[in-house]
Amino acid sequence: MTELKLVYFAWVRERVGVADEQVDVPSAVVTVEDLARWLSSRDEGYASAFENPKLVRAAIDHVHAKPHDPITGAREIAFFPPMTGG
Amino acid sequence: MAPRVIIRIQANAFDAAKETDALSSHHDDVGAISTFIGYCRSEGGRLAALELEHYPGMADDEIKRVVDQALQRWPLSAVSVIHRFGVMKPGDGIVFVGTASSHRAEAFAACEFLMDYLKTQAPFWKKEHRADGTVGDWVEAKAEDDAAAARWKINV
Repeated sequence: MTELKLVYFAWVRERVGVADEQVDVPSAVVTVEDLARWLSSRDEGYASAFENPKLVRAAIDHVHAKPHDPITGAREIAFFPPMTGG
Repeated sequence: MAPRVIIRIQANAFDAAKETDALSSHHDDVGAISTFIGYCRSEGGRLAALELEHYPGMADDEIKRVVDQALQRWPLSAVSVIHRFGVMKPGDGIVFVGTASSHRAEAFAACEFLMDYLKTQAPFWKKEHRADGTVGDWVEAKAEDDAAAARWKINV
């Protein structure tokens, strides 16, 4: 098990129902994609947030990440929709 | 002389005239300043406000990475990026980007590059507040914004 801080933004945050949380991630969860899949299995809110994986972006320790990137050693992982600033 | 870099993420309004002056005040060889201001608009009266959410910490880091790319690519003497968060009314400035260089081509190009990248890379999200008092949708990202960033052919 690895302890991680997860943070969520915009409609991902609204669907998940919390802005941030500490989680114990099973060791079988290796990549960003694995983490999203594992979270989806927790309840309907998470399932709804991750129902279209193409619409959810991730960052590992404040750096944009791809679905296949490993989460090993990460302290904070964020999930959010495509950005609409500027 | 090292370029002057100003990056601020703030709730308060910015003063575009003051920010523009700051781009040349430290340097006597600035021949060109290019600035861009992004405003909140009402979409023909449909919207009362836009609410900007951001990822504190990452927003600063990501803007710094984009600015570093611009500094590697163009000879700039100053770069300023100011991005606001919170509730904006139509007519309010949301983002200010300014670049200073010896010549206009570099200032124009760097300013456009910075905006194209901020749009797709900086962790900010807009939510609509409708004029009828209801909370609207989250603004969807546009494919043309990705295309605009992609034409610079670099990965930040």
